[in-house]
Amino acid sequence: MELFVNQVLAGIATGAIYACMALAVVMIYQAIDHLNFAQGEMAMFSTFISWQLMQWGIPYWWAFLLTLALSFVGGIVIERVLFKPLAKAPILTNVAGFIALFAILNSVAGLIWDFTIKQYPTPFGSSPFLGSQLISTHQAGMIGVTVMLLTLLYLFFQYTRVGLAMRAAASVPESARLVGINTSWMIALGWGMAAAIGSIAGILIAPVVFLEPNMMGGVLIYGFAAAVLGGLTSPFGAVIGGFLVGVFENLAGTYIPGVGNELKLPIALALIITVLVVKPAGLFGRPIVKRV
Amino acid sequence: MSAVQEVATEAPAIDAVPKKAMTLGYGSSLVMLALLIAAPLFVKNFIIFQMTMLLVYGLAVLALNILTGGSGQFSLGQSAFFAVGAYTSAILMEHFNVNYALTLPVAGVICFAFGFLFGQPALRLSGVYLALATFALATAMPQLLKLGVFEHWTGGVQGLVVTKPDAPFGLPVSQDMWLYYFTLAITVAIYIFSVNLLKSRSGRAFMAIRDNEIAASAMGIDVALYKTLAFGVSASITGVAGGLGAIAVQFVAPDSYTITLSISLFLGMVVGGVGWLPGSIVGSAFIIFVPNIAEGISKGLSGAVFGVLLFLVIFLVPHGARQVAMVAQQLVGKIKKN
Repeated sequence: MELFVNQVLAGIATGAIYACMALAVVMIYQAIDHLNFAQGEMAMFSTFISWQLMQWGIPYWWAFLLTLALSFVGGIVIERVLFKPLAKAPILTNVAGFIALFAILNSVAGLIWDFTIKQYPTPFGSSPFLGSQLISTHQAGMIGVTVMLLTLLYLFFQYTRVGLAMRAAASVPESARLVGINTSWMIALGWGMAAAIGSIAGILIAPVVFLEPNMMGGVLIYGFAAAVLGGLTSPFGAVIGGFLVGVFENLAGTYIPGVGNELKLPIALALIITVLVVKPAGLFGRPIVKRV
Repeated sequence: MSAVQEVATEAPAIDAVPKKAMTLGYGSSLVMLALLIAAPLFVKNFIIFQMTMLLVYGLAVLALNILTGGSGQFSLGQSAFFAVGAYTSAILMEHFNVNYALTLPVAGVICFAFGFLFGQPALRLSGVYLALATFALATAMPQLLKLGVFEHWTGGVQGLVVTKPDAPFGLPVSQDMWLYYFTLAITVAIYIFSVNLLKSRSGRAFMAIRDNEIAASAMGIDVALYKTLAFGVSASITGVAGGLGAIAVQFVAPDSYTITLSISLFLGMVVGGVGWLPGSIVGSAFIIFVPNIAEGISKGLSGAVFGVLLFLVIFLVPHGARQVAMVAQQLVGKIKKN
């Protein structure tokens, strides 16, 4: 029982990372209706920017805010320059664009900051949290920030005009345009917000996985899985999905014999697919009614 | 976040491609074939090897094209089918001394069964969900191949070395050249099969499902059967390509068949034009040669150069090589009129 509780706790701690990433994935999915494969690399790039700012002597929280702002602008710029011209192109072409962006960001980050692993500071400290060895204060802080972010997003989407306009632009673009919403800029705003949330995720994850250009590879996959599991239409679902994936992964590693680190991912994915076969829109997603 | 149920008019994930536009005319096909037959006579062995790989990946892209461009299902799991085909061929050749040519049909049949079975649970999923499911398959495959249980057969992490076949009947051609013509013959056969498949009743059923699943089922098409069938056919062709690839490279190892391969094949399909079968060879050329070109331009930034080149291609021709071919056709038409 003790082992079980510990593994669940450890799962929740890693789950917080996935939840952060999944939240960013869902954000952009809401705005543009595609899964952005370059999301992880965008987050990685933002994290490097914040690291660079700190190297230049800017204090942590200022660097944090500055990175948020820069990422927000960066996300908008990427949308305006690279993806707006592709808005009319087929979906699969857009996906190819994401892959291209992935390659560019990864390679440029490698060139500027090279591929050596770097330490990244944490504002929460890394002593054991409430006497538990498995979950550190940093991980607890990470869970706290994720929950806070979720609340803020909920308030933003539910109670502000811009939030409402963004939701409208994403779900029924034609009607939204007719009532005077600038849907094109709503998409850009979605990119900006997704980039900013991604940068928060990156900054929180970096102390755990260390900073390097490939740091997001594994995390992004779990983030996608979490987002899909929770339902791509629901930010709340994404966060829950993140925690579930973290716990799944840990329990599978502990209790199923012969599962090393290597097979953890396939097993977690297989479980998720099993869930999807039963609930095709994800745990908390709205089923989309199709019209002929 | 809102309680309203979302109603979407089924957005076609893939642009409807008219049936005729999915292939080349007889004339252009024959010219292409003549070029492919004549080319190796003038180049070195290494380039012949690369051309063989061009055909092999072309086949794999073609298979994905039938699945995605034909039946509208998206797959990131092609590398898994490729791996199964490659390992089937390699194991049959090395452990059972089966002739290399005979291993290919076996690889095809096994992959067909595998794809067909995988298509069953995948039936409930579409779009990104299907992408995730197939993605899971692709990430699991290299790990499964490394498992200790199969090590006797698969050679574990080390993989298997495959002997390269000699030309039969004492033909005076090099191994590379023989393998190239062998691959070319199979590619042409599969290409003709695919073109005819898409023209047939089944092909029309695929396309009806792609364009509108609900309407297709209302017209009496067995959606479940045809969707799994598309998976089966696609997996089967990918498996044959995998087998050919194993023979050409003379080596199979789990880490050659990772998700990267699936992503490459996907890019190949987009660059060649989704749903346009002749584009597969163009896409295959892109995924084989462009990374090399990118490396040539800048070693440190090869990823960035590759990304920029990819962006250039999709900016200029968002519909891939198909678009180029169509423009060319119109130009030729205009010249003829004048």
